[in-house]
Amino acid sequence: MLTGLLIVLPLVAALLVFLTKGNTARSLALVASVAEFALSLFVFFQFKNDPTANTLSLNCTWVQSMGIKFAVGLDGISLLLVLLTTFLVPLIILSSFKNEYHKPNAFYGLILVMQMALVGVFTANDGFLFYVFWELALIPIYFICLLWGGDDRGKITLKFFIYTLSGSLFMLIGLIYLYSHTGYGSGIRSWAINDLYTAGRSLNVDQQSAVFWMIFLAFAIKMPIFPLHTWQPDTYVVAPTQGTMLLSGIMLKMGTFGVIKWLLPIAPLALEKWGGTAILLSTIGIIYASCIAIAQKDFKRLIAYSSIAHVGLISAGILSANQQGVQGAVIQMLSHGVNVVGLFLIADILLRHTGTRDIDKLGGIRNMNGQFSVLFLIILLGSVALPLTNGFIGEFLLLNGVYQYSAYMAAFAGLSVILGAVYMLRGYQKIMLGEKPSTGIEFGSLATSDKVVLITICAVIIAFGVYPKPLNDLAEPAVKALLSNMK
Amino acid sequence: MKGLLIISGLGILAMLAEIFKFKKLLFPLVLLGVLAAYVFNFMEWNNPLNIAAFDNMIGFDKIALAFSGVILATVFFWFIMANDYFENDTNMVDHVSLVLFAVVGALMLTAFKNMTTLFLGVEIMSIPLYVLAASKKKDIKSNEAGFKYLIMGSFASAFLLFGIALIYGATGSFDLMQIQAAVSNHAAGGMPVFFYAGVIMLLIAMLFKVSAAPFHFWAPDVYQGSPTVITALMSTVVKTAAFAAILRLFLIGFSGVSEVWSTILPIIIALSLVIANFSAAMQINVKRMLAYSSISHAAFMLMVVLANVRSNATLGALLYYSLAYSIGSIAAFGVLYNVTKKGDESFDAFNGLGKRNPLMAACMTIAMLSLAGIPITAGFFAKYFVFAIMIGTAYKWLLILAILTSAVGVYYYLKVIISMYFRTSAETEEVHIELSQKTVIILTTIITLALGLVPGFVAEMFSF
Repeated sequence: MLTGLLIVLPLVAALLVFLTKGNTARSLALVASVAEFALSLFVFFQFKNDPTANTLSLNCTWVQSMGIKFAVGLDGISLLLVLLTTFLVPLIILSSFKNEYHKPNAFYGLILVMQMALVGVFTANDGFLFYVFWELALIPIYFICLLWGGDDRGKITLKFFIYTLSGSLFMLIGLIYLYSHTGYGSGIRSWAINDLYTAGRSLNVDQQSAVFWMIFLAFAIKMPIFPLHTWQPDTYVVAPTQGTMLLSGIMLKMGTFGVIKWLLPIAPLALEKWGGTAILLSTIGIIYASCIAIAQKDFKRLIAYSSIAHVGLISAGILSANQQGVQGAVIQMLSHGVNVVGLFLIADILLRHTGTRDIDKLGGIRNMNGQFSVLFLIILLGSVALPLTNGFIGEFLLLNGVYQYSAYMAAFAGLSVILGAVYMLRGYQKIMLGEKPSTGIEFGSLATSDKVVLITICAVIIAFGVYPKPLNDLAEPAVKALLSNMK
Repeated sequence: MKGLLIISGLGILAMLAEIFKFKKLLFPLVLLGVLAAYVFNFMEWNNPLNIAAFDNMIGFDKIALAFSGVILATVFFWFIMANDYFENDTNMVDHVSLVLFAVVGALMLTAFKNMTTLFLGVEIMSIPLYVLAASKKKDIKSNEAGFKYLIMGSFASAFLLFGIALIYGATGSFDLMQIQAAVSNHAAGGMPVFFYAGVIMLLIAMLFKVSAAPFHFWAPDVYQGSPTVITALMSTVVKTAAFAAILRLFLIGFSGVSEVWSTILPIIIALSLVIANFSAAMQINVKRMLAYSSISHAAFMLMVVLANVRSNATLGALLYYSLAYSIGSIAAFGVLYNVTKKGDESFDAFNGLGKRNPLMAACMTIAMLSLAGIPITAGFFAKYFVFAIMIGTAYKWLLILAILTSAVGVYYYLKVIISMYFRTSAETEEVHIELSQKTVIILTTIITLALGLVPGFVAEMFSF
């Protein structure tokens, strides 16, 4: 019931926001998203008391004859991702207060619809419902990018849409194939996640491999994994900052989450056969994207490529399918979500204050605004996974997990840490340190809304860097249960 | 059956309107009549009696009633959408009765039990449409459309007649049930060769009517040249009726020789998918784009037929598909009709519609998303049902092809959306749309969404 409420609340709020005008829209959206966060915290405490409580899940029939149910529920992993979503959306909305968007009611309404779909994806316990939410998440973000994006957005967003949609269609076929193998013995077909697990494991290696690649394709495009990443940098750059934050902060996690919950338990045999290939692709992506990131001049594009590198490591960790790898991936998904939102906000602040994001044209901002440089530095250190920041624990577990799978892979994947430090610190150095460039830039004090967002993010980075136990406590049993499911 | 009679009576009544001077009353009368036909059609659903009529020439069983329901509902919305097309026209009365007679033909096609009724249905449906396609008398494109449609349509009718004659020669009967019995009495391959030739000829004639590739060449020109509302009628009512006929003719009449005709179906489907989607992606004229897209939808519906004959999949998918497609098309054509009134039919006509009329732009967006098959619209479930039954067949390669071409499909549907929201137009004044048309566009949009939210209602109604 409570999970259902988590899905319905943003939808209702979105409808209300659509009806308002002007700045009321954003205030209302902010209030609604904070209320949603409060609700998710309440759910979190309920979950801590009793993870199996009936009040948490919801299960009602949607289409009787085809076994489709509106079934949503929570486990440790999905709860963490729901919390990430509900935590980030208020920050994303708040971060937009300094930007003037035309038709704000549509803009904020779409963000809330997006939140609804994302929570749905993370909580769905029915294959069909999962697919529907998965696709639904694409519509609002497409319109956010199309309506409020930068130059040449028509072409770029179209590419993004077609790319992701074709992946999704293959996933749909994979899921339908599984569905057609459910009900062995009883003859009653079902979309329930556990039935799909059973159906998947009853298949032979070749069938599982087909299903594996069909479903993985959708997730790999969403994350994105090399060589399916070509839509990503352009889309991230052209999207409005809030759209980029949604894409990289939360939507990207749909892909990694999907692999954990909707792929690993379904096709264990295929994973043994093809897991290595998929990890190899992820690792290539890490190095490839890192190298390109080093050469970037546009700070936003740099972060976009860094995001590919990070997600490559997460995906490699998940596909190594051991406790450390998957648990590390879950933790890293949260850290990356928080950090990347911070980084994109910084890119946006740079653009707003100085009129450019070009690294070469910036410099010496530290002398103009010390506070900003400190906040930037903390987020940056979180992103390069310095110990005592939130990025460290996840990255450590991930590398550990990949190492257990293959030491060579771990060696290459480990390069991501070094290369990450190279491009991030190089970026920081050129933007913040050194002399003020001859063209002359001004950098005044930060707006209150930006300050609130950045400080909150920095607080989270340090808090979970020092004390990651609550996250581990939630993730560990869920990952254990999942992995034992695979045997 | 009553629905068919009511619409026929309505057609005759419409012709009298000019003589007895109740032209003003005609439009409400027609709407009421179509509604009444729909209601009577609906009431027959639970009444299994009276299935066959006129010496077993025609019979409204559940399949026929369901498809008639789709046709009548579409026609009802269509009349509201097309009202001002009739208003500005001196031949209004003739046009109304022509449309009604075309609908009579369509209803006959859903329910024929005899080859003569099949032929009558096809002709009664087609001949009014030849005239209607050319009804913009002073427009050369419209004349071309009517002429082309007539020539090609007659060609198909010739195939149809020849096929019927050959089948009569082999089985000695026009009656569908007797043909079926004759086929099943013979051992495999026991029928004379010209019987199979007849079956193939019938298939070609019907594929022509649903404009599947490679029998689609008439469709783009005819769709583009005809008045927009007539295009809407052709792409919805005609298509639904033709599929109802295919279903009855091949899945019931020729089920015994299914291996003969269903062997070519995968090729037809594959060709339609590829040709239609890639051609549609290259169009600059929206009506032409919709013509090609309708070919691709026909391919999807043919997949249901193929899956049914090869693995006994349910036909509910076909009904759902035609309903979703018809309703979505009415919404799309409704907006298109209003946007293109000034004569520009390219994608540019939609430029800036998001600002000039946000409500219509939103409806068009939903219609396009439905045609593209995005959740939670009716079009998504329609595609889902097709995928779900195709996965049980041996034609998985067709499924993959369908997905890849669907991705191409998304490209041209989204092009309309991009024009509406992304491009700006030199004109800034609001696009005015009449209240009645607005109502029908909004209504069909709501139905599109509702069918996507509760798809079980239609799909389960027809699960045999």
